[in-house]
Amino acid sequence: MDLTYTPRQQAFRAEVRAWLVENVPVEKLASYDTREGFEQHREWERKLFDARLSMVMWPQELGGRGCDLTEWLIFEEEYYGADAPMRVNQNGQLLLGPTLMEFGTQAQKERFLPRMAASDDMWAQGWSEPSAGSDMAAVSSKAIRDGDHYVINGQKTWSTRASFADWVFGLFRSDPESSRHHGLSYLLVPLDAKGVTIRPIKALNGKDAFAEIFFDDVRVPVENRIGDEGQGWKVAMATAGFERGLLLRSPARFQQPVRKLIELYKAHQTEADRDPSIRDAVLEAWAGAEAYALSAYHTVGRIARGDKIGAESSINKIVWSELDLKIHETAMRILGARGELLAGAPQGGDVDGWLEGFLFAQAGPIYAGANEIQRNIIAERMLGLPKA
Amino acid sequence: MDFTFTDDERTFREAISRFLMTEAAPEALREIWETDSGRSPDLRNKIAEQGLMALSIPESAGGLEMGDVAWSLMTQELGYYGIPDSLADTAYVSAGLINALPDSVSDRQGWLEQIAEGSLRIAIGHPVNPLVADAHLADFTLLAHAGEIHAVPRALIDVEHNPSIDSSRRLCRVMWEPSSATRIADAATGQPLWDQALNRGALSVAGQLLGLAQRMLDLSVDYAAQRKQFGKPIGSFQAVKHHLADVAGKIEFAKPVLYRAAYSLQHGSADAALHASLAHTACGEAAHLAARHGIQVHGAMGYTWEVDLQMFMKRTWALESAWGDRTFHKARVSDAVLSDGAALGPGHLFGRS
Ligand SMILES: Cc1cc2nc3c(=O)[nH]c(=O)nc-3n(C[C@H](O)[C@H](O)[C@H](O)COP(=O)(O)OP(=O)(O)OC[C@H]3O[C@@H](n4cnc5c(N)ncnc54)[C@H](O)[C@@H]3O)c2cc1C
Repeated sequence: MDLTYTPRQQAFRAEVRAWLVENVPVEKLASYDTREGFEQHREWERKLFDARLSMVMWPQELGGRGCDLTEWLIFEEEYYGADAPMRVNQNGQLLLGPTLMEFGTQAQKERFLPRMAASDDMWAQGWSEPSAGSDMAAVSSKAIRDGDHYVINGQKTWSTRASFADWVFGLFRSDPESSRHHGLSYLLVPLDAKGVTIRPIKALNGKDAFAEIFFDDVRVPVENRIGDEGQGWKVAMATAGFERGLLLRSPARFQQPVRKLIELYKAHQTEADRDPSIRDAVLEAWAGAEAYALSAYHTVGRIARGDKIGAESSINKIVWSELDLKIHETAMRILGARGELLAGAPQGGDVDGWLEGFLFAQAGPIYAGANEIQRNIIAERMLGLPKA
Repeated sequence: MDFTFTDDERTFREAISRFLMTEAAPEALREIWETDSGRSPDLRNKIAEQGLMALSIPESAGGLEMGDVAWSLMTQELGYYGIPDSLADTAYVSAGLINALPDSVSDRQGWLEQIAEGSLRIAIGHPVNPLVADAHLADFTLLAHAGEIHAVPRALIDVEHNPSIDSSRRLCRVMWEPSSATRIADAATGQPLWDQALNRGALSVAGQLLGLAQRMLDLSVDYAAQRKQFGKPIGSFQAVKHHLADVAGKIEFAKPVLYRAAYSLQHGSADAALHASLAHTACGEAAHLAARHGIQVHGAMGYTWEVDLQMFMKRTWALESAWGDRTFHKARVSDAVLSDGAALGPGHLFGRS
């Protein structure tokens, strides 16, 4: 065990920090759940890409730096520590990207990955359908083979940022006779294709955070399929694993708000201490973020040693989503009556983004596989308990 | 950066685990409870033969010279198999304290050698523990007097037994008189050593609690897979699954907290006390939940003397407040985290450097 950073790692940290100090926009970008904010974020992503800091773990030839997981953790620490803008192309870069690297053909990698790294293509995720939520194997949208094309009909829903994105990846039933997780294919669909209709759905914050996507005889070429025909479930499970595991939610994403939570608590300590349990909640949130970060480093060490991480990613998902809730619920308790104020309210003071974060935290235990489902996975696959 | 264990450390852990599985089965431990001393010299000798007593003793005194990091694995095994904690008090906490004593303490080398070979039993009366475990049969007890360290032979103390809910615990109120004859360190030398001993004690308890949590989870999973109600194993019911999944989550996320604390202790980090307290808290919560959900999953069976779960639950409830109770450790965490200029947030995980 050696819990010190190597000189190389320290140099990398210093370089990233210096670049961020120079470049992080002073003025906060508008929310990426608006058209204007989305494009501002795209600009920021391009800037990151030009500095080869967009996808640090990707190989050099894809515009990355070939960083290992520890360096990635360092990057994330600096990124969140600098209060840099939220990453708008997470679905592509963090979920589809690794999936393509594992299952894509050389041609697919060359076609999609560089544009994804540069955020020339922004990606939406298309799993859920009105009747296929937790039960994802119930998808019924069809993609029927017609020569060297698939013809897609059906509907996806809850697709994050699909209102503004360029592409969607998702699961479609390519064998109309099939059921459950058989006969599904994993397809990439341009959102400006003929027959695609997008209807934004307003989220809790009143913004178009997600959308429904309707497919009406949409034709996509066969080369847009990842993995074999009918084998989409397996590929999708890999993507889902990335979503629950480390990549989507690096520990720094929680360490930074916890640091701010402590500042918030200290700034309002006299009022907050009228309820002694608030201090406890602050400390628990801090300890939770600390444990999550330690676990990430531990996991990274184990992966480097050759261990495979399986159902543990479900534990991860539960922990980060409940931690996020804890952080924001505690902040709201400290803010008291001012907690309801929207950003920019004259009496808002340091209310800042806490309410926005609180609203989004409500979704954590639902998306990326509801926590009930994750607990079932842990019980059955990790502990070996019998299925219902 | 490498947050993993060496092959040596892992191999040693596996060997100890295999050994304890056969030599310290629950039935054997129950028999030991019934004895007056509550301790089995035979088991202890066998454990010494495995090298466990020599784990952190310097090679020059016949030891293996492994550190706190190795202990963070070993204490989990001690917890998992319900081995009485006094063993770790001697081989880990006391051994560490004695090793740190100045060379001028003439008995130092001899003590270390005797610990390594398993012939010496030491109890340790840290001020944070109101009662001393195993003082009734220790060769001597390390006791504190205003920061000084005294090594007081059995003959010079009176003990009053205080039975515990954990039948394997032997807790004593110790009555003694400090004298220059028993003093082995003055306050200036002694106080920092008492502070380190507290951190080691907390780490030792934390590791055992984590092992206990894992044992209770394993017992509960087995039970839930076998016990049938409504025509199905109870483990197929979601409410039961979720109880156990939550315990698994708590355990998984307490482990690296424990390991970082061990590393901080081993390297004398300025944050060692904070990290040790955090480990005590995290592992305590995991064990506490494992006990609560464990008994729930076992139903009335869990409320019986007969079922092995009870041994591990009671050990948990006893150890939760050993080497600092939850309030003590939370207060230490709180003081450190809320202090001005505390190094918090991304990039500060491995402490002030
Ligand atoms: C902010 C946000 C962003 C999202 N982004 C995307 C996206 O980009 N792409 C996409 O495809 N989807 C997205 N989703 C959808 C998300 O994946 C689903 O909401 C999720 O899988 C749950 O499905 P559902 O909403 O239909 O709930 P349901 O499946 O109807 O579940 C409702 C409740 O019942 C429980 N439940 C259901 N089945 C079981 C069971 N077997 N055992 C125990 N409990 C059960 C659930 O745990 C939940 O508590 C997003 C959701 C949110 C909130």
